[in-house]
Amino acid sequence: MRLLKPRVAMAVGVLSLASLVTLVILGLFVAPPDAVQSDAQRLMYLHVPVAWVAYLAFGVTALASALWLWPRTRSMVWDRLAGSSAELGVIFTALTLVDGSLWGKPVWGVWWAWDARLVTTAVLFFLYLGYLALRRIPSSVDARAKRCAIAALVAFADVPIVHFSVDLWRTLHQDGSVFNEELDAHIHGVMAFTLWFGVLAFTLLYVYLLDRRYRLAALDEEREEREVALAIAERVAPQAPPVPTPAPPVEMGTPR
Amino acid sequence: MSLLDEVRLVAGKDLRIEARSRVTLQQIVPFGLIVLVLFAFALDPDRGVLKRVAPGLFWITVLLAALLAVSRSYTIEADNGARDGLRLSGLDGPALFLGKAAAIAVQLLALEVVLAICVVVLYGIELNSLFPLVLATLAATVGVSATGTLYGVLAAGLRVRETLVPVLLLPVVAPVLLGATRAWEAAIDGVPSDAWPWVGLLGVFAVLFTAIGMLAFGSLLEEA
Amino acid sequence: MPTVVRLRSAVCLLDRFPALAGVDLDVEDGEIVLLSGANGAGKTTLLRLLAGLIPLYSGDAAVLGCDLSRDRRGARRGLALVGHETFCYDDLTVRENLRFAARAAGRGPGAADAALKRVGLDAVGDVVHRRLSAGQRRRLALAVAWSRDPRLLLLDEPHAGLDSEGRALLDEIVRAAPGEGRTVLIASHELDRIRSLAHREVVLTAGQATLPALVPVPAPAPEKADVAP
Repeated sequence: MRLLKPRVAMAVGVLSLASLVTLVILGLFVAPPDAVQSDAQRLMYLHVPVAWVAYLAFGVTALASALWLWPRTRSMVWDRLAGSSAELGVIFTALTLVDGSLWGKPVWGVWWAWDARLVTTAVLFFLYLGYLALRRIPSSVDARAKRCAIAALVAFADVPIVHFSVDLWRTLHQDGSVFNEELDAHIHGVMAFTLWFGVLAFTLLYVYLLDRRYRLAALDEEREEREVALAIAERVAPQAPPVPTPAPPVEMGTPR
Repeated sequence: MSLLDEVRLVAGKDLRIEARSRVTLQQIVPFGLIVLVLFAFALDPDRGVLKRVAPGLFWITVLLAALLAVSRSYTIEADNGARDGLRLSGLDGPALFLGKAAAIAVQLLALEVVLAICVVVLYGIELNSLFPLVLATLAATVGVSATGTLYGVLAAGLRVRETLVPVLLLPVVAPVLLGATRAWEAAIDGVPSDAWPWVGLLGVFAVLFTAIGMLAFGSLLEEA
Repeated sequence: MPTVVRLRSAVCLLDRFPALAGVDLDVEDGEIVLLSGANGAGKTTLLRLLAGLIPLYSGDAAVLGCDLSRDRRGARRGLALVGHETFCYDDLTVRENLRFAARAAGRGPGAADAALKRVGLDAVGDVVHRRLSAGQRRRLALAVAWSRDPRLLLLDEPHAGLDSEGRALLDEIVRAAPGEGRTVLIASHELDRIRSLAHREVVLTAGQATLPALVPVPAPAPEKADVAP
């Protein structure tokens, strides 16, 4: 019914809120501006953690899907987990693309660049969208779970291929290396700490939201099961006797 | 019956239906040709541009046509309870998958031959280094057919099948588009040996998704 | 005698509606069982469940020794379903469709031609499926089932749409079945006709099975008393 015990969930929620606030302070005020990119570089403290969560959520969806498909470990827990993680994943992927774009414009002068990481993230976004489209189609729980689980695993197999192929393409053309260099900027000290802190903060946020979404999914399923049980009971119960109406006066033939 | 016999039976059934109904010949091939012509309307017909991007246009056209071919492959199973029939037939999942994928692949290959001729004529390119070109084309076609057959059965019973399959399929086959286009570019205009890494990638994709399809098809058909 | 079908409290859902709400059923080898009941009682659903086409929601179900909750596909090679559809392809001829079905079941083209003859369709063997009439489709569905040489024959309202010759043919096939080592389960509204063929009857009411109640013979209408003024 829940991923975490209520107290733990509450603690995670509070912690994530607190750490996000701390991150804002660290990222905007404490960490020094970058030598080359100045303040624009601060978006990294948002971008990297959010991208990490996007891929983490994807990994969780894939793993949960695999666990559902494997007959020995099959359980609705995994299906709910996969679906909940995917919903969070698509949001974080969209965030990654948007803030990556916002970061790229002042630094590279363009809103978008065709390098392996960006393209793979864009493809990931579309794979998520497809998965969520599948989840929305009304079906029996088992059928939906099976379709989604297989779709998630196929997507999981595809992402490394996408990344590898775009990488191969870029290296063969020797374009775009400057973009990668910028993103791999060596950072240390306060900046490194802020970055890792950001990763922690967003991971906590992900876990908290995942728990909440999971609970919603579990409640949904419970409601459906109750409806089915009700429907079965109704079908089985004999027809309720009709409300007795006053018997019409019987015309007795007058006996002769 | 051996796996090969079952595959031949299923592929034969699909191809015989195509021979009878001629949907690929009369609808999908013209569609491909029209798209190729439309590209010339959209891009500067100045021969330079079209010639440069001809491989990309060719493969995008093939992908779009593949969407139609996959859709058709499952439309024939939608009437008269044919899907129930396939389930009841006792044919194995892997055989059904390979048979349907093979039928799609054969039709796509025929389409590609026609489109290749048109691309040479309309866009003015020359098909040099046929060996890597043909291998890349074969691997790409197998990859697309396998993935299309897999997503086709996944969506088979759904009313939204026709709009859902493109959304699911296209992101997944993006590497095939990339690899096939680069392989063609290398073979036609560049250094032919540059095509081999791409042929390798296409081959890996084809094998991987054929394997996934064989494993998953039977189970997905049950829910269709 | 081995039990061909064994259901205990079987529940089946169609889109969350409990089409079968707890069915108990036993069918022995070589029996001909009539499945009767009003429209919507769950007859088609029951047959499709036995064919493994729909999942079991709860309860126990075993067909030809296979547990349906664990393996829906296992029993399929031994059974055949004649449903409302023919399971055939519109663009192929009758013979081509039958040959496909027979070969898929592991039997040669000879089985297809024999089935064609058995149901009296050899005259239209080369007609495309799309052109067939409803009655001809019924016969084709029967041929498809028969060409599989099934141990369990599931018939869903098989007489519907057949002309009198077709009906006689169907009755003959059903009557001959036990002798050929087959078990038959027929869902039908043609109660009089099939009661004479069947060994016993099972009535489905609102997704549950019962044995038929004794139908009382209606009392003769009272003679009108002459009312003498």
